[in-house]
Amino acid sequence: MIRPDAPVLLEIRDLTARVEDQPILKGVSLTIRAGEIHAVMGRNGSGKSTLSKVLAGHPAYTVTGGTVRYMGDDLLSLEPELRARAGLFLGFQYPVEIPGVSNLEFLRVATNARRAGKGEEELDTFAFEDLVRERLQVVQMDPAFLERSVNEGFSGGEKKRNEILQMALLEPLVAVLDETDSGLDIDALRIVAGGVNHLAGPDNATLLITHYQRLLDVITPDYVHVMAAGRILRTGGKELALELEERGYDWVDAELASLERTPAEVG
Amino acid sequence: MASSATVGDLVSQPYKYGFVTDIETEKIAKGLSEDVVRLISAKKNEPAFLLDFRLRSYRQWLQMEEPDWASLGHPPIDYQEIIYYAAPKQQEKKASLDEVDPKLLETFEKLGIPLSEQKRLSNVAVDAVFDSVSIATTYREKLAEHGVIFCSISEAVKDHADLIEKYLGTVVPGNDNYFAALNSAVFSDGSFVFIPKGVECPMELSTYFRINSGDTGQFERTLIVAEEGASVSYLEGCTAPMFDTNQLHAAVVELVALDDASIKYSTVQNWYAGDENGKGGIYNFVTKRGQCRGDRSHISWTQVETGSAITWKYPSCVLQGADSVGEFYSVALTNNRQQADTGTKMIHVGPRTRSTIVSKGISAGHSSNSYRGLVQLGPKAVGARNYSQCDSMLIGDQAAANTYPYIRSQQPDARIEHEASTCRISADQLFYLQSRGIAFEEAVSMMVSGFCRDVFNQLPMEFAAEADKLLALKLEGSVG
Repeated sequence: MIRPDAPVLLEIRDLTARVEDQPILKGVSLTIRAGEIHAVMGRNGSGKSTLSKVLAGHPAYTVTGGTVRYMGDDLLSLEPELRARAGLFLGFQYPVEIPGVSNLEFLRVATNARRAGKGEEELDTFAFEDLVRERLQVVQMDPAFLERSVNEGFSGGEKKRNEILQMALLEPLVAVLDETDSGLDIDALRIVAGGVNHLAGPDNATLLITHYQRLLDVITPDYVHVMAAGRILRTGGKELALELEERGYDWVDAELASLERTPAEVG
Repeated sequence: MASSATVGDLVSQPYKYGFVTDIETEKIAKGLSEDVVRLISAKKNEPAFLLDFRLRSYRQWLQMEEPDWASLGHPPIDYQEIIYYAAPKQQEKKASLDEVDPKLLETFEKLGIPLSEQKRLSNVAVDAVFDSVSIATTYREKLAEHGVIFCSISEAVKDHADLIEKYLGTVVPGNDNYFAALNSAVFSDGSFVFIPKGVECPMELSTYFRINSGDTGQFERTLIVAEEGASVSYLEGCTAPMFDTNQLHAAVVELVALDDASIKYSTVQNWYAGDENGKGGIYNFVTKRGQCRGDRSHISWTQVETGSAITWKYPSCVLQGADSVGEFYSVALTNNRQQADTGTKMIHVGPRTRSTIVSKGISAGHSSNSYRGLVQLGPKAVGARNYSQCDSMLIGDQAAANTYPYIRSQQPDARIEHEASTCRISADQLFYLQSRGIAFEEAVSMMVSGFCRDVFNQLPMEFAAEADKLLALKLEGSVG
């Protein structure tokens, strides 16, 4: 939902970043307002996953320039856990397994950390149990998953559902979902997308990072950005995604080549 | 960009128990000789059988060599530079705690072990050992009502000489190994527990060992006997001041379980571990062995080893009685330059004996952590079974973990299972937890406690939370 007067939640300006000595992001700018759903599309290696990791504060990535304002504050100066407590959420493409740490306990500690960030009281184990059972329905997840270790032995689809469950509990203001559709069969995709749609509201925003149109068939974006070689090449509405689907990414390469010839003209 | 922490070196939290109590101490001259052995025995007015035991052990020790098979390295120990007896100056052991030197009570209070009547740990009886002697034992009268004897071993030698003569040295003989022989020659104090036939000990028993003097070795001796059908749960705790020299601690613990008896022995060891460069700290060379002498008897060792510069320790079970059960649950955490070579021996003698080994080693910093275990099934151990699980967790990339399982079986049909795993706390796991609002150190601590849960579940409830906290503390301010 596009409302020009809605408050800006996330404002990325000329962001550049590298991993080890390899520059990946080469000047990304993006403004996200409350109520909006954005999709960033692009080939593997275009830098779209790096963008999500940099926003969440992954230590392997070094920001070399640009700014990111989150709710008006400097996001990049915050430790990852403080970003999360302030309402930034990253749904991982490959959620890691954490043997020995119970999923329920993990979800409770995370939820309480987020609640502390909002100035709300901690939930005790009983109150949390009630909340988590209610939120499980968003992703139609079996309560048995709460008793297991975090993501341990979960199938690809179960891991993604567990991610959306975390999103449902943490109630983020900006959710960045990195390739949430990858590895999902059509039923799982529908459940996960249903969860995302359910959670999207006028006060929060979603940034979908995806390779394929099929996720956008079930979650309608307000904006689509095409990323290549560490930059956003084009921005448009949902029809841009359909155009990509139809024409493939080859025209992106052509456009990129023309840009490379005239680097001075690139914003 | 936030300079977010990555998994790297660990630096210890400052050691909380490193203070020295300023108290007048009676020490004998340093060095070891037959005269010193006689002197210790004389100071304690011991009966002849005990002096004989000491002298025999001492002579055997002279013939023995320090073992060098463990994965440990340290400069040679000069046994003539150690003081073998040190005691706070206080005449006879006091009948009432009111007469104990307040400085000593204060010391234990600071260590979180209040001994005074009002503040005692409820439902835990404590024997407090300071350097070479026991200074107080709480709840003795209440235990005596049940026929349970809980006192220092020196008192037991006086008051229950028959029991000492009957059981001392029967599980760990005076010539068992180098350090056990040394202990048998010079042991000064320790705890004695006797649970008579059919009695379930009404409270947790606990001994708290404190080394205070810098140049003194601690050689305590603990003996626990559970008669037919008796049961007891016992916990030992240990701390020491920070000195930049190394102190030697060579203890012996013997457990005897008769028919249907059960002994649960738990240790939370937090001796001073030395500084981050490996200077100072306790050398902990300990022999612990339990004998399931009776049928259907049960001995369970649980240890949480976090301290000491060097740990050399293999709490073992000799499963002699038919259908007897031995268990070993261990968490060993090493950090900085600490070295641990620890594990167990399960010696299956009787038929249908069973043993379980669960070992969790956590190595951080530049430390080295080895599990060494023996499972032995003798010719009569028909139908015996063993299950072993040895897991290692590495934190950072400078630490080492080794597993040395030895299996000797004379039973062709024996069921012996061994599982081992090694994991590393990965940067991605930590980032995942952080990205959910969980601070870096809490994330490490969650993963470490998750890793240790199987063992912590075995600790008496009062101490399980303690152990969890202790580990978190050891790793605090650490991964960076």
